[in-house]
Amino acid sequence: MSAPQDTFDADTSNRSWWERLRAFQQDKPHLFLLLIMVMVPLFLMNPSTWAVLTLSGLAMGAMLFLMASGMTLTFGLMNVLNLAHGSFISLGAFAGATVLTMWLNDYTSGSLWVNLVAVVPALLFALVVAGLLGVLFERLVIRPVYGDHLKQILVTVGGSIIVMELLQVIWGSNEIPVPRPEALRGALLIRDAIPVIGGIALEKYRLLAVVLGLAVYALMLWVIDRTRLGILIRAGVENREMVEVHGYRIRLLFLAVFVAGSALAGIGGAMWAMYREIITAHMGEELMISVIVVIILGGLGSVRGCFYGAMLVGLINLYVGFLEPRLAAVATVGLMVAVLMWRPQGLIPVIKV
Amino acid sequence: MLKTLLSGDYPRSRPLAVVLVLMFLCLALGPFLFPGTRAFSTLGMICVFVIVVASYDLMLGYTHIVSFAHTMFFGIGAYGVAMTMEAMGKGFAPIFIGLGASLLVSLLLALLLGLLSLRVKAIFFALVTLAMAFAFLSLVTQLYHLTGGEDGLRVRVPRELGPAFKPFDGELRGFSITTFLGGLFTDPGNLGEVWRESVFKARITGRDLMYYITFFVTVGVFLFLLRLVNSPFGRVLQAIRENEFRAQALGYRTVFYRTAVVIISALLATLAGVLFALINRYVNPENTLNFELMVFILLMCVIGGMGTLYGAVVGAVLFLLAQNYLQDVLKWLGGGLEPGTLLAELVGPERWLLWFGLLFVLSVYFFPAGIVGQLRLWAGRSSSRKQDNGDDTTVTGEQESGNKGKDGPVVS
Amino acid sequence: MSEPILSLRDVHADIDQYHILHGVDLDVPAGELTVLLGRNGAGKSTTLRTIMGLTTLTKGQVRFQGRDIGGTATPAIARGGIAFVPENMGIFGQLTVRENMVLAAVSGVMDEQRLDWIFEVFPPLKKFWNRAAGNLSGGQKQMLAIARAVIEPRELLLVDEPTKGLAPAIINDLADAFEQLKQQQVSILLVEQNFNFSRRLGQSVAVMSDGHIVHRGTMAELAEDEDLQHELLGLGLGAHQ
Repeated sequence: MSAPQDTFDADTSNRSWWERLRAFQQDKPHLFLLLIMVMVPLFLMNPSTWAVLTLSGLAMGAMLFLMASGMTLTFGLMNVLNLAHGSFISLGAFAGATVLTMWLNDYTSGSLWVNLVAVVPALLFALVVAGLLGVLFERLVIRPVYGDHLKQILVTVGGSIIVMELLQVIWGSNEIPVPRPEALRGALLIRDAIPVIGGIALEKYRLLAVVLGLAVYALMLWVIDRTRLGILIRAGVENREMVEVHGYRIRLLFLAVFVAGSALAGIGGAMWAMYREIITAHMGEELMISVIVVIILGGLGSVRGCFYGAMLVGLINLYVGFLEPRLAAVATVGLMVAVLMWRPQGLIPVIKV
Repeated sequence: MLKTLLSGDYPRSRPLAVVLVLMFLCLALGPFLFPGTRAFSTLGMICVFVIVVASYDLMLGYTHIVSFAHTMFFGIGAYGVAMTMEAMGKGFAPIFIGLGASLLVSLLLALLLGLLSLRVKAIFFALVTLAMAFAFLSLVTQLYHLTGGEDGLRVRVPRELGPAFKPFDGELRGFSITTFLGGLFTDPGNLGEVWRESVFKARITGRDLMYYITFFVTVGVFLFLLRLVNSPFGRVLQAIRENEFRAQALGYRTVFYRTAVVIISALLATLAGVLFALINRYVNPENTLNFELMVFILLMCVIGGMGTLYGAVVGAVLFLLAQNYLQDVLKWLGGGLEPGTLLAELVGPERWLLWFGLLFVLSVYFFPAGIVGQLRLWAGRSSSRKQDNGDDTTVTGEQESGNKGKDGPVVS
Repeated sequence: MSEPILSLRDVHADIDQYHILHGVDLDVPAGELTVLLGRNGAGKSTTLRTIMGLTTLTKGQVRFQGRDIGGTATPAIARGGIAFVPENMGIFGQLTVRENMVLAAVSGVMDEQRLDWIFEVFPPLKKFWNRAAGNLSGGQKQMLAIARAVIEPRELLLVDEPTKGLAPAIINDLADAFEQLKQQQVSILLVEQNFNFSRRLGQSVAVMSDGHIVHRGTMAELAEDEDLQHELLGLGLGAHQ
């Protein structure tokens, strides 16, 4: 990895900007695309709108990252395509909403502190419930169909129907409103934030989403890059058999990753619930499309790619949604098709599919 | 004669053959056996979905291509004809123009998909088609000045295909099987009365004409597909399914075959969509493009039996009956339960899909060959048992596996 | 000869529908280097994979240190003290050399002394310690693969064709490394096609053909008997310098 970097640095002096740009586009396609994605809309709208949209896009991207990272790791590590991932998102949303509703009803005082703290148990509960379902799901649904993609697709689609129906048994089939804590409503107004642009209003909840997303991303990168568990995961993505030959039980490793991924999907779902303030059992199914686009964009199995893919999808959704709302979904899928034509393995490919 | 019609691909199981003949008779004489609009629309849906599921089976069962864009092509057909009629008014010309236009659009999109599948591998294909189908759905929902958005479009069919048209004045007699069986059950002593009650006046209208058009197209498409999968082309498809690499090494351009399958399957789904629009006379995103509908098609195909084609018929009939009538059964079952309890919720009529989902997962695990595949397996087993009664058991085992191999569709 | 550390009795194994091993009987004496020779497709690699539990044992017995390990899961076999270097070396190319070694040290800590010894035997590993293993040359990858197998003391080493595709100079280095391992009384089962390399290292030898062991004996014996070599291995006279 570092070898091309060296040569790149060595002779920058006698290269034209065009060549440098091409080298950049070759070496860092994810940054290149993100840069273009952020810069182009700047010419199409006024700067303060752009700033607000960019933050919203990043917030949406952060939540998508939470939801998608588990699925990409599951695929990368164990070659398992879990199309029921969306039902974990829904479950997290309902679990989080339940805690929030109870908590906020008990403490109607509206105290700022209680309000803010209510988010934590809600997210934790979503994490635990989705994680537990993950254990069950891995044992009952996925374990019998390792190594058979066709059956995985069928069984996980069936599993997602069952989970989705059970959610409706427990929480009813109607939409449920989700209270967002008072402390997270409204926006932070920053006057004269940037000289030319002037004041911008940053919605608090979106800031929280971005911060949480970045925190989880940093944590995941740390685990994957710096810890023994991370080395194992990366090794497993590359060659499962050799991990076993070294004496590690890859099934156990996979169970851990699957549960972690489910738990993250749960948190993502809970965050999304507070963001939209209304949820249905089918929300996970609808989000699955974005999640799938994200993991394809990033390159299946790559956490870094997943992060950039999520940001790209979040941004294009918001930008296009502002310019021509009807085309938001089409633009998202169009982005995916375009990237696939450019780089069939995704932005940061990890494994050959 | 029968052999040519079925291309030599018989049901190969007596119970299956009986069931299929019964289904065929019920569909063929449908309007004269089941009175009422609900039954009538169920019959029409069964015909349409037999085409949809059978063409999907060509991809899923015979070639192991998992596509989630089948509803997209179905929707193109349905919306194609609905939109042309919206623009050009009633008449037969718009129907054929709509049919031609949507077939053309489907052809182009299927070609694009086929080419994309060159770029990406099998598992990617499933995900890419899912995303594309979603983009299409959102486009249809958003472009409401063309498509009516969520509200959808009402299809004004020509008078000749509507309920107001009477091709001839006379009345025909129908015999309601449901009433008869119901009467037999509740009032077995009074057979004559039951018999008289069961006879109903059936008036032939344009809707019946439309139903029979659909029915005959369905039969035609089904026989065409049977011919196709039993032709050399179909053999190559199965070779690709078993071992794409080897098929390639034998000199078959697998890419060509895969693309051809995607295109044929897409065109048939489009045709089914056109029939759907005409017989249902109302299209909206929910009844043509929804992801849930796609899952239903998958369910019908797998439960019926992948790679058997007959499975498409069995699956479609079972599923649509369940969708339309299982709710009643569940309502009846749950009637004695206290409302509000968990058990009552579980068997609540709106939870029918839960049970079907469970059935689906279990069938993938335990009967991966579906209902048809399983029936054939049993038939093969009992016939081989008959042949070498008392012989060494290992021989039976060998014959079984031989039968399995001949069946082909047994999913590995 | 003492009790063999590994013994295979009538081992059968299938890959997909193909029956590959037809009753392999093989003993690996403790503390010695045993060479398993044979032509391509004779079943040598499958034998190693079956010992590791990577290919399912359909019939027969694999005993390691007196315990039956047939049907045991691969991780358990590995933890029991068998290290395996497959034919393709199984290097984790995306990981650095260091990370490859960290993973191989199953106990969680790397023995500094042993590591120094490895650096001494394979100097390039020290030089490229923090480089991605995928960027190493073929010979360096092979060194890393063997280093991984010996970073912790093991009872038995299974090595599949370490010389495949390597330059003669590097093969010499490898042979030196194996000499050192021999001196430490590590039991080794080496699959080879390179007869000169195996003649230099091997103590006992077994020859496979069509999924059977067709010859057992000492290396000295086989090295002497050119007719036998010709019969078993199809070696021309040119192969003997």
